[in-house]
Amino acid sequence: MSRALKLTNRPQSVTIAAEGRQKILEVSKLGCVRGDRRLFSGLDLSVSPGTFVQLTGPNGSGKTSLLRILCTLLTPAEGQISWNGADIRSLGEEYVAHVTYLGHRHGIKDELSAVENLRISNALHGVSVSKERAAEALGRMGLAGRESLPARMLSEGQRRRTGLARLLVCDTKLWLLDEVLTSLDKGAVSLVRSLIENHVAGGGIAIVATHQDLELPADHTKRLELTT
Amino acid sequence: MLRWIVWRDLMLAWRRRADMLSTVFFFVIVVSLFPLGIGPETQLLRTIAPGVVWVAALLASMLSLGRLFANDYQDGTLEQLLLTPQPLFLVVLGKTFAHWIVAELPLVLIAPLVGVQFDLSRETLWILFLSLLVGTPVLSLIGSVGAALTLGLRGGGVLISLLVLPLYIPALIFGAGAVEASVMGTSPSAHLSLLGAFAIVSLLFSPWATAAALRISLE
Repeated sequence: MSRALKLTNRPQSVTIAAEGRQKILEVSKLGCVRGDRRLFSGLDLSVSPGTFVQLTGPNGSGKTSLLRILCTLLTPAEGQISWNGADIRSLGEEYVAHVTYLGHRHGIKDELSAVENLRISNALHGVSVSKERAAEALGRMGLAGRESLPARMLSEGQRRRTGLARLLVCDTKLWLLDEVLTSLDKGAVSLVRSLIENHVAGGGIAIVATHQDLELPADHTKRLELTT
Repeated sequence: MLRWIVWRDLMLAWRRRADMLSTVFFFVIVVSLFPLGIGPETQLLRTIAPGVVWVAALLASMLSLGRLFANDYQDGTLEQLLLTPQPLFLVVLGKTFAHWIVAELPLVLIAPLVGVQFDLSRETLWILFLSLLVGTPVLSLIGSVGAALTLGLRGGGVLISLLVLPLYIPALIFGAGAVEASVMGTSPSAHLSLLGAFAIVSLLFSPWATAAALRISLE
């Protein structure tokens, strides 16, 4: 039973251009074990600034685990991850300051309004956001007029949008997004797509686990497919 | 940063005032049951008062500990807190401090009032207040370790009690001891100093232990 890993960079010609750029995030021989199951092993990945990595694979293939390892929530069984040449474990908070991770769960407090949620989560990450700026970001996410409702009054998709509004105000380099497109409508999906596109165009890195094809410009896209 | 965490938790607690009030009412009712059950034997009441009030405070804090991290864990905000660019023990310290204000401080403030039912002198009521003021931070600090360890487990509430109550014993002995000394007419300062020392030791160690336990619970 082989748990081989397919890493396809396409198109070939552009990867060569990307080779010239400096790799900022480097993953080598990464392995992950959950319970008694080995999800993946020997995973290598190097990403230069301005790259979108689409992470695909069947359910249970370890997409979430990989993203959680990359944001240091999970300790890998083996392998190394380095950021600018230094191990992310030893960088600690210094590395985490470059990362925005949005997971399955929205990270939204039901008792707080959308504006409060956005302002507090940013303040905790060291970015202070004024009320006006927060309201504007939420307006862009299509939540105009609902900013001050408690989040428990919002629909599933609207809560997801509230969580995603953080992408508009944060200034981190590495985005790790885990299935953030679930329960979003078409308009919101294209909005997220353009957010990622801008981020990548501005030299950021986005690693996104998704089953939907985001169809970003191919010259900046890397595909990483995990298999079971 | 720390300010934001404390403010966030206080605001969340305010939006769910019922939780906070239920802890206070539990404390008041448990303490009041003893004088009602025993009857007007003032000598006996004075003797049992320190232990009763302190045990009631320990049990009341059990009610609120389960919520310390569980709500944040369920909605995913705890993950985000772990990913904030500051040492995790500071985050933990902020949350524990907020928990103390929300769940323990009301007990400290109301204890002299419920102590009146035990025919305690004014001086003893003051010592009761003081011993709880010094001792309840221990309950929040040690309790946070238990809350972090039992995070995400089914029946976590019972498990916290089994894990944490034995660790509360020193606080109980010194805290109740101080009040008892005052009832007997001797100086409570030795007990209070030891209680203070215990509070400082738990302040030094438990935020780190809680931070480590949270990392394990969230893997």
